[in-house]
Amino acid sequence: MGDVILKIESLSKQYRLGTIGSRTITHDLNRWWHTIRGKEDPYLKIGEVNDRSTKGESEYVWALKDINFEVKRGEVLGIIGKNGAGKSTLLKILSKVTGPTTGTIKSNGRIASLLEVGTGFHPEMTGRENIYLNGTILGMTKKEIANKIDEIISFSGCERYIDTPTKRYSSGMTVRLAFAVAAHLEPDILIVDEVLAVGDAEFQKKAIGKMKSISKEGGRTVLFVSHNMTTINTLCQRSILLENGKVLKEGLTSDIIPYYLSSSQSEEMMPKVLFDIDETKKFQFRKAQLVNENNELIVSGIVSTNQSYYVNIEYIFKEDVSKCHLTLIIKNSSAEVVLFLDRTDFYNEFFVAKTGEYSAKIKIQNPLLKPDTYFVTLGLADNHSSINDHQFEVLKYKIEDMDSIRSSRSGTLFLPTEWDMVKKN
Amino acid sequence: MLNKDKWLFEITPKNSLFDLNLKEVWEYRDLLMLFVKRDVVTVYKQTILGPLWYLIQPLFTSITFTLIFNNIANIETGVVPSFLFNLAGITVWNYFRECLTSTSDTFTRNANIFSKVYFPRIIMPMSVVVSNLMKFGIQLFIFIFFYVIYVFKGAVISPNITVLLFPILILFMAMLGLGLGMIISSMVTKYRDLKFLMSFGVQLLMYVSVVMYPLALIIEKIKEGKIPVFVGKIIEYNPMTQVIESARYMLLNQGSFSYTGFLYTGGVSSLILVIGLVIFNRTEKSFIDTV
Repeated sequence: MGDVILKIESLSKQYRLGTIGSRTITHDLNRWWHTIRGKEDPYLKIGEVNDRSTKGESEYVWALKDINFEVKRGEVLGIIGKNGAGKSTLLKILSKVTGPTTGTIKSNGRIASLLEVGTGFHPEMTGRENIYLNGTILGMTKKEIANKIDEIISFSGCERYIDTPTKRYSSGMTVRLAFAVAAHLEPDILIVDEVLAVGDAEFQKKAIGKMKSISKEGGRTVLFVSHNMTTINTLCQRSILLENGKVLKEGLTSDIIPYYLSSSQSEEMMPKVLFDIDETKKFQFRKAQLVNENNELIVSGIVSTNQSYYVNIEYIFKEDVSKCHLTLIIKNSSAEVVLFLDRTDFYNEFFVAKTGEYSAKIKIQNPLLKPDTYFVTLGLADNHSSINDHQFEVLKYKIEDMDSIRSSRSGTLFLPTEWDMVKKN
Repeated sequence: MLNKDKWLFEITPKNSLFDLNLKEVWEYRDLLMLFVKRDVVTVYKQTILGPLWYLIQPLFTSITFTLIFNNIANIETGVVPSFLFNLAGITVWNYFRECLTSTSDTFTRNANIFSKVYFPRIIMPMSVVVSNLMKFGIQLFIFIFFYVIYVFKGAVISPNITVLLFPILILFMAMLGLGLGMIISSMVTKYRDLKFLMSFGVQLLMYVSVVMYPLALIIEKIKEGKIPVFVGKIIEYNPMTQVIESARYMLLNQGSFSYTGFLYTGGVSSLILVIGLVIFNRTEKSFIDTV
């Protein structure tokens, strides 16, 4: 431990917005004209900070600007940030998929990246053939794979289908097989993007366990990106928070996550959220909001400790699905799960969904939770969780107490208790 | 104590003009072979005739060419049966065409894989050249089959001693196809116009590559003044003309062959391959942002 395995120095990446058309060639010619005269690239000066929501002046934008950090050997580093903060761009540069515009990355180990599971899988080839193909794409040699093939197959749990073309596999099985290959990679540095959010709960547990053992026992370095703060919390000791292409904060995960949850999304509450139609999903959420007992939106996003409230969800099924879960997870400002509600737990059966639009209202009793800021994660999945729609931390609300001393107590719950005190003599 | 400035590798924005990392390519040789296997195994899955398609296409093209160019347009092919003359040209041309067209969309077709994982990008076009070599082998086999039939039927044909150079000729052709394909694949990531140019460009190239007529005919027509001199020059200096003309000389002992022409082809092919490598190398780092 202790030596730096990866060093990132003033790394920047510029992107050109808009479409590529005839203006591209004029810019290219201008750039070339500057280069042959030994001048600086004229378009490098004009980039702007990458803020997704405001319309900028320039056609060029900095997806990453002046990133510096170091990673030590054997460390699991979490990378967090909002959508468009530059996480994926950073991973892409680290995995050599695209080059940086300026700056350097120095590494003392072989890097393998897992930006997607099952890259290069060919549906016509059997599971076994695909293990070899996918494994070599990820940088293993045929011999390495041959040594581990039994281990990979048993980890995937697809023994029975291993000589069947993968086009006959269910989507869950494909993912299991693909992850099994990836889990047996042995690079010095492993870069993982949100790929663990697939498969059923049992497999996810297995996958996260594998990730942990890779870093602990294998002594390997892992860079991990996720929107799921709980996973980041369990896996990474240290994290980096990116915002608008810059490193906003760097430090212990236990410090970064509360900071991220409270500051980066600003103090504004999010009592209501709408979701766009995603053509690739068989079912999905359309809307979620916090309402009071009269079905009125809680506009402020603030409820008091003794006021019960409801999470109102609208979702749509584009085809019939026979067995479904609906889950609602509430996390506090330290990203700890305080409530994990699964409809199946209360009704002892899955629900059957026919094509159509639905709404659901889930009552959350108060007094129950102590004053804090809370985040709601929604999940809709079939019984294997192979097809799912997860919306992480989409609602944000605050439980407030009139009594400020009570709000500052530690603990997770707030329960009015009876204090029966008797004088004995 | 680890030396602070000693790193295994660095990722930097600019790379030198030519840094093909052959060691790295060699480390990924298994991947190359698996891509070849994938291409060969999966192409004709769920087709009834399967690999027979490899044979049907050149046979029918040769029959058509024989009917149109030899029987209707009266192009003379000397003692060599016209069908065999055309089959030789088409077999060789097909390999070049396949190498060129399949490598020319390397970046656009594999954008999905390329955007997710790194491996030396050159592996992809190289695997195309190798898997097409197998296809070429099968087609060459069918050529030999008809060759033997014609010999039994009494045709006066025999290979020339220079046939020993045939493998080198194929290598030149592969280099040419790979080089051109890489140049086009690199440009097409930014300027899609080239995609349209490709489809009929290859067609036009075939007509100036003496596939369906002997080079001697062109020289004769120029003398007669029926073809402008510059067209003749284009045909003569087209490296593919040299390849096909030499191939026919080697296999059928007809046409022309000169060592200068042979070396010229090798030179042009090497040059194009080097240019292709340089351009490809420059593109592979940034293409994912422009594709």
